Amino acid sequence: MGKILMKGNEALAEGALIAGCQGFFGYPITPSSEIAEYMARKFPQLGGIFLQAESELAAINMVYGAAATGARVMTASSGPGISLKQEGISFIAEAELPCLIVNISRGGPGLGGIQPAQSDYFQATRGGGHGDYRLIVLAPSSVQEMMDYAIEGFDLADRYRIPVMLMAEGTLGQMMEPIYVREPVKPAIEKPWATTGCAGRSPNIINTLHLSPEVLEHRNQHLQRKYDQLQANESRAETFMTDDADLILVAFGLMSRVVKKAVIEARKQGIKVGLIRPITLWPFPDAIIKEAAEKAQMFLSVEISMGQMIEDIRLAVDGAVPVDFYGRIGIIPNPEEIYSEIIRIAEREGF
Amino acid sequence: MKTVAARPESLTGAQYHYCPGCTHGIIHRLVAEVIDELGIREKTIGICPVGCAVLAYDYFNCDMLEAAHGRAPAIATGIKRMLPENVVFTYQGDGDLASIGMAEILHASARGEKITVIFVNNAVYGMTGGQMAPTTLLGQVTTTSPYGRKAEVEGYPVRMAEILAENEGSAYIARTTVNKPANVRRTKKAIKKAFEIQQKGLGFTMVEILSACPTNWGLSPVQALEWIDENMIPYYPLGEFKNKEA
Amino acid sequence: MDREEQVLFAGFGGQGVLSMGQFLTHAAMGEGKNVSWVPSYGAEMRGGTANCLVTIAEEEISSPLTENPMTAVIMNRPSLDKFEPKIQPHGTVVLNSSLVDRLPERDDLNVLQLPVTELAEKMNNPRGANMILLGAYIQKTSVVSLDDVMNNFDVIFKGKNPKVIEKNKEAFLAGVEYARKNWK
Repeated sequence: MGKILMKGNEALAEGALIAGCQGFFGYPITPSSEIAEYMARKFPQLGGIFLQAESELAAINMVYGAAATGARVMTASSGPGISLKQEGISFIAEAELPCLIVNISRGGPGLGGIQPAQSDYFQATRGGGHGDYRLIVLAPSSVQEMMDYAIEGFDLADRYRIPVMLMAEGTLGQMMEPIYVREPVKPAIEKPWATTGCAGRSPNIINTLHLSPEVLEHRNQHLQRKYDQLQANESRAETFMTDDADLILVAFGLMSRVVKKAVIEARKQGIKVGLIRPITLWPFPDAIIKEAAEKAQMFLSVEISMGQMIEDIRLAVDGAVPVDFYGRIGIIPNPEEIYSEIIRIAEREGF
Repeated sequence: MKTVAARPESLTGAQYHYCPGCTHGIIHRLVAEVIDELGIREKTIGICPVGCAVLAYDYFNCDMLEAAHGRAPAIATGIKRMLPENVVFTYQGDGDLASIGMAEILHASARGEKITVIFVNNAVYGMTGGQMAPTTLLGQVTTTSPYGRKAEVEGYPVRMAEILAENEGSAYIARTTVNKPANVRRTKKAIKKAFEIQQKGLGFTMVEILSACPTNWGLSPVQALEWIDENMIPYYPLGEFKNKEA
Repeated sequence: MDREEQVLFAGFGGQGVLSMGQFLTHAAMGEGKNVSWVPSYGAEMRGGTANCLVTIAEEEISSPLTENPMTAVIMNRPSLDKFEPKIQPHGTVVLNSSLVDRLPERDDLNVLQLPVTELAEKMNNPRGANMILLGAYIQKTSVVSLDDVMNNFDVIFKGKNPKVIEKNKEAFLAGVEYARKNWK
């Protein structure tokens, strides 16, 4: 089948359906609402469940209940709504319930705006709520990846029994590109832990309360081992022209494509510049960045925020080379703007 | 020898952690007996609250989940929507249901979620040590209303059964108590009715049960049972407030 | 066309600005080009300003965004005020002269204008204004081939009422006709 033109949010929603998603629980918020609207249109014919909750709090707890039955289920929101969901996400992480949580992100803090931003990076990559936990955070950069990562997100969630967050700038949700629609996936992972009624087995309990400090510590160590495994096996990044680069720009999501164009233009001027695009924001691709830092002279973190991912780059680089920052908020910097920044740095540093 | 009362299969037999004179134990047993009698243990999924009954997953011998404070009706909704053939109940206290979880319970009822809510109202926060609840009576002394609840300061106690009975989605709403054997029998009947109506798919069902908390009321177990008659029932009248089957 | 063309469509919300962009995107995709369509989105559904950016390229599109489009299709005066300084040197601006009461101040721009709101009203098809402008623009610039557009019309409007498609086609062809006669 050929390509069809789809909006990012709709491609993501369709991707979830392709992955066998059976339930969506959400609350409307710009710029994510098309995902809910798409599910509301599709699920009645497919026999799935779409439910508009009374709040983000209720929505994430409906996801908690629905995921506990073993079904593939999801929610989608944007910054302020994701903040409200944090309580539930912490519970879901500890209960180890697989699900997909989408943040079509906008600028904060507070009510902020509805224009694109990446300023929920800390919230997404540090767990976001109370306690020691992490989510897998995937950052698509195209409409095709909105679909692909939704499918992959469900798969990772089931394999590791972990909530997966898919985070994309508002613009990526709203824009259209032609994509190949993937073939339907049949979820293959057994979920003997699911609470479906205890016929023929002893009761299953899904619980996050551990009053004994020994049990609590044991649970945390268990989660940590899983997170270590994820860091070892699942961190991903795309690299572009980094081999001989003096200056490496780091950017994720749609932002990374804008940076790529600026890198291409700067290369035409003979400036040795490259790009690393983290695909998993958590686990962060430390190793790839650390390795690149052995050859590069400098890094530049380009973000639609006031500087969040830069902290992870600095941790990965571990003082080997300087890490500079360029960021805007509520607006995606244009290729021309990034190009000018590259030129400015190249002239200053003599690259 | 004749067995007069055996442990219901729907209880695990784990020893309760509840205080002497607390009526949670009676209510757990009534729920378990009803589940046994309806033969639905293997398809029942229960959700515990945050509150004194937070450990109820240790006591009920069926699939159980533990919820964040007040969110049990949302979790129950998620489960029931995915598994409409199963029986789903929440077990919630007054702080959990009528304060922090007011939105979740109201909307679960408004949507007519086919779940059963066991609402244990003892007019006080038990687990955290006797603070004021949304159902604390006027004049009642708690650790956060040390001079007695005053309407002009803390407002009025909420009557959940009456509020939820107003919702079109509610199919069965009753208020009972367990302070005397006759009331215990009435409570069991109400719980059974609620589960039956859930299974018939008529809508949201709830039994509000006036319960004793001698520890936090500062009374003996017997005085506490009398206190329900003297103070709670006048403000929280017993009865059926909604029955779509009737 | 160049290897990559970026076209901005701008006007009031409700003028069909976003659908103009989508139409062009579909048409170019039908020709096998790489395309992207990026809307500016606002809280207002109607009456606010709206714009979208279409990128058409032979190769993979790296950035679907730009500060400086080569072409701007402008449906109202505030949009001209806002975007005139941003169009690339020697770029093209297509103007709805019914609602834009001035010409661009820059002298390097290639200016194409037509009174599209008036024409649409004369055709008794006020909602077709955007299609008239699009028809004229495509006829003049050949950003996509006219034949491909006409062949793909039904595909682009897939799922729409046949009467609506017919009305749009009429408007589009009126724009093509206008450009043939007036934009030599």
